[in-house]
Amino acid sequence: MTALKAPAERVRLAWMPQYSVAAAVAAMLVVGFLPFVKMGLVVNGFVLGAIIATGAIGLTLIYGNLGFANIAHGDYMAMGAYVAFTIITGLLPLVGIEGQGFGPFTFGYSLLIALPLAAAVVAVGAIALDIGIYRRLRNRQVNPVVIAMASLGLAIAVRGLIQIIWSSEKLQFPRESRQVYHLPMDVRVPPDSIFIGGLAVVLVIGVYVLLTRTKIGKAMRATADNPDLARVSGIPTERVIWATWAIGGGLAAIAGVLLAVFQAQLLPSMGWEFLIPLFAAVILGGIGNPYGALVGALVIGVSMEVSTQWITPSYKHAVAFIIMIVLLLARPRGLLGGSA
Amino acid sequence: MAGIYAVFALGLNVHWGFTGLFNIGIAGFFALGAYTAALLTSPAADPLLFEEFAFAGDWAQLGFLDLGIDLWFVLALAAAGAVCGVIAVIIGYVTLRLNDDYLAIATLGIAESVRLFFLNEKWVANGSKGLYQIPQFLEGWLPSDKYNYLYMVVVIVVLAALFIMVQRVMQSPWGRVLRAIREDEVAAAASGKNVFRFKLQAFALGAVIMGVGGALFAHHIRFVSPLTFDPLLGTFIIWAMLMVGGSGNNLGAILGAFVVWGLWVGARFLPGELADPNYRFFMVGVLIVAVILLRPGGILGELRRVTRRRGERSAVRLDDG
Repeated sequence: MTALKAPAERVRLAWMPQYSVAAAVAAMLVVGFLPFVKMGLVVNGFVLGAIIATGAIGLTLIYGNLGFANIAHGDYMAMGAYVAFTIITGLLPLVGIEGQGFGPFTFGYSLLIALPLAAAVVAVGAIALDIGIYRRLRNRQVNPVVIAMASLGLAIAVRGLIQIIWSSEKLQFPRESRQVYHLPMDVRVPPDSIFIGGLAVVLVIGVYVLLTRTKIGKAMRATADNPDLARVSGIPTERVIWATWAIGGGLAAIAGVLLAVFQAQLLPSMGWEFLIPLFAAVILGGIGNPYGALVGALVIGVSMEVSTQWITPSYKHAVAFIIMIVLLLARPRGLLGGSA
Repeated sequence: MAGIYAVFALGLNVHWGFTGLFNIGIAGFFALGAYTAALLTSPAADPLLFEEFAFAGDWAQLGFLDLGIDLWFVLALAAAGAVCGVIAVIIGYVTLRLNDDYLAIATLGIAESVRLFFLNEKWVANGSKGLYQIPQFLEGWLPSDKYNYLYMVVVIVVLAALFIMVQRVMQSPWGRVLRAIREDEVAAAASGKNVFRFKLQAFALGAVIMGVGGALFAHHIRFVSPLTFDPLLGTFIIWAMLMVGGSGNNLGAILGAFVVWGLWVGARFLPGELADPNYRFFMVGVLIVAVILLRPGGILGELRRVTRRRGERSAVRLDDG
């Protein structure tokens, strides 16, 4: 990143987010109005995209600030979902909070309590792992690939831990089947999807405000842009890294819970298998660019769902992968440009 | 079994140990190799066993090449390697120009796509039910209870051949360039080496070795299905083997394969919960992290040799990377 380029980049950051996201949403809607595409799939795609975005924003921040691909991110997601499962089925009933079918949703209101708790647990866990493992590697100044390697080891360990504690069987949040909403154009939306989409929007706005309006957020962006310069200007980079892990881990946990609600099941492998769409979104948006990740997530989510109109649904992940490869060929730095 | 895994560890050593290519989709090449071999040698599809299964096998009996099943085994190994090599070249061509992390994600994508392909395209390989009754090499030569010894010899011969090949290749000027790329890509490029070409060749070579490993596996287990190639036994454990044994050292890779596989199988006999496969899963991950933190060079570090006279063992390669 040269000094000459920096001002231009700043200007772009200032206006890009709102417009590019709006443009992406509009483009996807236009796709939905095409006569040969089912609108319902596009809407479903938005929901899936919202989940991908929740995970991918954290992933791209970690990528940008710490400079390595966190392969354990998917497993942090799965961990979040399982922690929430325990809170919902094990802890909250002890204080008399349980039940399902809250309002129009399949889950109980205990899920709303479990969400922030699970996010906090995973965020703390992510920081602890950083202190125990990643910080040592950072201090040794090893190649970022080696740190990614360590995160692969961690991914395996976290998944192993999930299997030890919760077994490798399928689990479910307590749920009650609910009527789906019928909208025009033959769109059927389960109420849960509205919850997922709404929460994702709130989180994205939250991250946006955090990054642009708070001191730590600005420090995070500065560190992502140029770590050395940030350090010499007195930004406590270690604290920035903690904040990055807290946000990344917390968002991952929430994404995991949302994914579990969306798929109506929990599996230890759910996080690992979600890595491909996550990384596809990050790369599509440009590494280290959270707004890009959001746009990328929507594009990937909608493409994955719309593709099921023509090909077997189980190829969804391959679709995300192929989009990513094609994009890498055409624009190696992502749609919106990144810091890598 | 450990011998077969040693083949994979060798292949991964070419990727990671020598060239610094981060491949987390070994399972993809594993599966491709195994399926290629299985499809080439399997007997004709029995309509009772295989529903919806149109294409497979019986190539050996088609008669246009009357080699007998045993030569077909050799051919299957070669074909498995070739298929993986071709796929690796295609993927490598796209991703090797970019930074290391992209390659990791791309290999993950290949592994998943390969798995989905064999799972969904029932006409190719019987979907989730997989292929079984894959013929054995030199079947009928020995009574079946002694057959495993014979196959062990076969695996050791193949492993030895690959070991000698990789060892020679890595000591050649070509291998030295690969290590130069691993240590400092920019410097290697500045000395006039076409980094991309070398990486592509190394990626293909490693993939070929993995393909051969897959073929050996298919003929040993005599059954392949998409579920055989899960990330744990297809990818993670091989990483653990290489890291434990010592990346950048071929002997280390083989040693690591035997040690980790020994631990893996041995843990089954531990008392109580320790024998639980989930614990072992967890331990594989912990092992990788522990090796990176505590002993980045593995048991046998990379042999660092500037000239023939001055050789020194070194475990610092990950520190100065």
